[in-house]
Parts: sequence; C-alpha cells; structure tokens
Amino acid sequence: MASIRVKPDPQRYSFDGLGSSQYPNLMLLGAGDLDNWTLRTYQNKWEGYRALKSALKMEPAAVTAEVKVSDLRGRGGAGFRTGMKWTFMPKDTPEKKLTRYVVCNADEGEPGTFKDRAILEYNPHQLIEGMVIAGWAMQCKAGFIYVRGEFGWLVDKLEAALQQAREAGYLGKNILGTGWDFDILTYRGAGAYICGEETALLNSLEGRRGEPRVKPPFPAQAGAFGKPTTVNNVETLAAVPAILRMGGANYAKLGTPGNTGTRIFSLSGHIKRPGLYELPLGLPLDFIMNDLAGGSSTGRKIKAVIPGGASAPMFDAKDFDCPMDFDSVKARGSMAGSGGIIVMDDSTCMVQVTLRLTHFYAHESCGQCTPCREGCNWMEMILDRIEHGTGRPDDLALLASLPPRIGMRTLCALGDAACGPVESAMQKFRAEFEHHIARKECLAKA
Amino acid sequence: MNHPLTPETSDTPRAPGQRLPLSERTRLSPEAVAEIRAVAAKYPEKLAGTLPALYIAQREFGFLSLAAMKEVAAALEVPEGHVFGVATFYTMFKQEPTGRFHLQVCTNLCCALNGANELLRKVAARTGAEPGRGPSPDGMWSLEEVECLASCGSAPCLQVNESVFDEFVDEAKLETILDACRRGDYSPWGE
Repeated sequence: MASIRVKPDPQRYSFDGLGSSQYPNLMLLGAGDLDNWTLRTYQNKWEGYRALKSALKMEPAAVTAEVKVSDLRGRGGAGFRTGMKWTFMPKDTPEKKLTRYVVCNADEGEPGTFKDRAILEYNPHQLIEGMVIAGWAMQCKAGFIYVRGEFGWLVDKLEAALQQAREAGYLGKNILGTGWDFDILTYRGAGAYICGEETALLNSLEGRRGEPRVKPPFPAQAGAFGKPTTVNNVETLAAVPAILRMGGANYAKLGTPGNTGTRIFSLSGHIKRPGLYELPLGLPLDFIMNDLAGGSSTGRKIKAVIPGGASAPMFDAKDFDCPMDFDSVKARGSMAGSGGIIVMDDSTCMVQVTLRLTHFYAHESCGQCTPCREGCNWMEMILDRIEHGTGRPDDLALLASLPPRIGMRTLCALGDAACGPVESAMQKFRAEFEHHIARKECLAKA
Repeated sequence: MNHPLTPETSDTPRAPGQRLPLSERTRLSPEAVAEIRAVAAKYPEKLAGTLPALYIAQREFGFLSLAAMKEVAAALEVPEGHVFGVATFYTMFKQEPTGRFHLQVCTNLCCALNGANELLRKVAARTGAEPGRGPSPDGMWSLEEVECLASCGSAPCLQVNESVFDEFVDEAKLETILDACRRGDYSPWGE
C-alpha cells in the first residue's frame, strides 16, 4: 500500500502574518505538521467539531441560511454561490421521502493547483466536519469523497480520519443524539482530469467511464446513483466549519463584497517562495506575487501569469495589478478558477507553454464531443509544428480559427478550458509565435 | 510490443522481474473475489465497485490483461464490455506490465518550468526505461510521463508506484530514491 508521509513536507504553507486578523488562517490550520491530522489535535487545538455541534442544534434550513449569509463561493473553479447550490436540493414531501447525497470533489488535477491535497493531508477532519454539516443542511443520507487516483496514499489517511470520526460519534448512526444517520465513503478515481467535472465525477463514482453528462437533469435533480446530489469542492466544504465558528456575517466581512472569505492560492512556476497562501479574496496579484512570495525565482522579469489554474487565460504585465477575486479576474478576461497562480519569467517560450498546456487538454479530453476531441488534437498538432520549426505562414490563422469552433460547443467546460491558453497566448504574445514560424527559433532566449 | 489485448501466454519471453508469474494468472484468487464483492456492497449500486475492483485485479495480476478484466466482470456480475470500457478509459489502469518500480514524472507546465523534462531524461538515462516502451531490460523500472500530480509548489516531482516524492527532485534526490528502491525500502508495484 501507499505510504503515509513520514518525512517533513518541503511544501510551504504559511507566510509572515498568516493567522493575524488581517490574514486569518481558516483552512490551513496546522498544515505542515505531520501529526496535525488526528481527531485529537483537531478538537483540542482547532476547536474541531464545535461547528458541527452547533449546526446540529439548528434547523437544517438555518444552516443553509448561515452559509448564504457568508456568501461563500465555490472554490473549485466556477465560483458558484454555495448556499444557493444547497437550496437547489429538492426537499421531502409528505408523500415522498427522498434519498439525497453530498459529494466532495477531491479530484484535484488542475495544473498549478495543490490546495485540496494540503487539506486532505493535514486537515481532513475539517473537511469531514464540513461535509457532515452540509449533509445535515441538505438532509442527506450519505456523503462520498471522490479522491483522484494519484492520491491513493491520501485515501488511506482519509479512511483513518473517517474511522476516528465514526468512533467519536460524528459519523454513523444517530449522530450526537439527533436521530440522524450519515456516513461518508471514499472513492478513488483512476487518473482522469475530466473527473473533476461534476457530472463526469458522478459517472466515475458510479463505476462508469468518466464522461460528462448532458444537463439537465442537473445533479440536484438526478446526481449520484440517480438521486439528488450536491457536489462541492474540498476547500468549499472545509470553509463551512469556519463559517459556522465565526458566523456567516463575520465571514462575509473578509475579502470584498460579493467575493467573501479567504481562499488558498497555490503559487508555482518561476516564483521565489512557491507554496500555498491562504488569503482574503481581492488582494492584488502583484502584491501576492512580489510582496508575499518574493517575486521571480530567477531574478528575471515576470512575463506572464496564469491566474486561476491551467484553464485560465494568461495575464501579461498590464494585468498584474488585478485584484484576485472571482469578479475582478473575470472582468480582465480570465478566471479565478481554482486559485492556481503559475508564474513565468521572461525566459519562458510562450509557444512551448501553450503547446504543453494544449497537449494536456488533448490528452485529457474524454473523447465524447467531437469539437473537443478533434479540436484539441488539431491545436496540439499545429502548435507542435510551430514549436519545432516546421510552422507554416498560415498556421496562426488556422490556429486562431479553432477555438471558436470548440468553445461553447461541448457538453462540459474542458473544451473552453483548452481554448483559454491558446487564445490568450496568441493575443498577448503573438510576436513569439510569428518569430517561431519565420525564424524557426524562440524569441525568448534564456 | 504486443498489442495490449494479446493474450498472455507462458511462452512469451519476458525479462526477469517483468511480473511473469502474475501476468500468467488467468484467475483472481478467492480472497480477491471476496474483497471485490465486499467493496461493491459498500456502495448503493454494485456497478460502483468497478473501479475499486479493477484496482484489486491490477494488484493481483500486475496489470489489467483481458483475462483480468473478464474476471472482474464475473466477480461483479456486470457486462464484460462495461469493465473493458472503464479499464481502458483511466490512465492508472495499466494494460501492459510495468517494471517492479513504476516511475512517473509529471511534465505539465509547473513542473516543466522547473526542470521536469531534464528530470525525465535523467530518470531514463539512469534506469534504461523509456516512456511508453515498457519495462527496462532488467525488469526493474518502467517510466511514464504523467499529467499534474498536484505537487506544483515543490516541482519537479516524481511518483514511484503510489508514493509521491514532491520534494524538488534534483539529481541527488533522484539517486537517493532509486537507491532506496534497489535496496527494497519501497514495496514493488502491486505489493
């Protein structure tokens, strides 16, 4: 079996000021400490399961209302309002009792993002607590945590944490004397990026190929095993206990109006201090990059940044002042996505970057929709040609003609995601592409 | 390289360590069948047992041969075509034997920016395994180029079987990891 980490983790989880009132630490409590994951630490050190106890004294609808007050937005990528999502779940009627499920999306695979892994590794009980609270708010029968296949070693840890929670009475039959039964099962994926898409995830959870479903029906009507289901990201669910601990209204004071709370930014690439930064939403990108993470690791100028995981269109220097929240990033033509910030210095060849990302989407396309399956391969083929010095003069026009034929023409967002890097790179770094075709070499020389 | 669906026969010459004994198996052990049925019973529908069952079969057989897929279908009492479809969809289900140590190097953007392609070349040079070319001649290693392993902040990273080494893997660390494998500090694939 896979081993649980025994050596110190080289990853950076904190920065000067984390845990202060300015930069509250709500989700990465104790990250980096290998013994932090146990129930005992979570209860004794981090007020663990206090939020669950208070939630179980409230009406389920009141719990959802509290999450609505917090204005929490989904941290998986789309930024949909969590409280509203929870209200989409159908309720029991006198004639019909429904089986409902809550599913945690732990299929973290967006290149540049590694936050869910830290929660699973160091703070699994906060995720479990958040899931039980969500299960109570929506009166679910069971919860499923869908973990990506590569995290086999974390599934073992998660199972151990779930067992601790069961033994303490936070899971299982008659939770804390309420008469409500709820348990959580883990499910291990097997290496498919597409399973991060919620309906593909549900198919995979049912033991099928991870192909996205046609919507409607939406998961809230017919989700896992045909039952009403809500799918939330790990970080979203981990934020729920924090919201109940501090109160929805207080949580809403963090960040900016409409983009409340803290989120975990994953910084990687050419950056001096890569790692996870839990920050209130709305801080400027250049402040996060330069002041907190120390600027570029190579001493060179930062040329481009991907602000929200590989699917997000790139930023060039003129957008480095962008406040990092859902609405501001969207207004600049990109997306806050999963909070993965990938930094590239001026020695980076953007043709190569675009090719690498496009290769990823071509590889991960599930093959169900023709525009994505064929289009991504075409984009990769053309980019490969340009990168390797056999590009043709009309290749740029050909490449530019593809995204409009892929985007918005597929069942899920993978097609759109594949277009983001290509379109933004060609628009912002066109000279590099032209140079590659004309001179058969990189404009950016290391 | 044989087509992945070519039935495994005992006269197929294989290098030592290429999991010959396991890949020759055509039946799941009774324990594995019991395990598959138990795990399938945990979920609301038995079909959900498909992925866990394939993991169990992969552990027993070393990889998912056609025989392994048929056994899974029989154990779960689901159509063989369904199992085949699932087993061939996911990249972590191997349809060919791996080495004792299956080395996976992420070459996605964040790792590539920090030298993953050099790491991949070094691993290939040290082990004699090439990505997509099956196990090394001594059967010890196989190499795969994989997509993001969610270790971007400590890139580049290396996964050996199921253990992630997300610790800025450089040449020295690579040597340490490979030595540990040779010494038997880590379990071989499937064990």
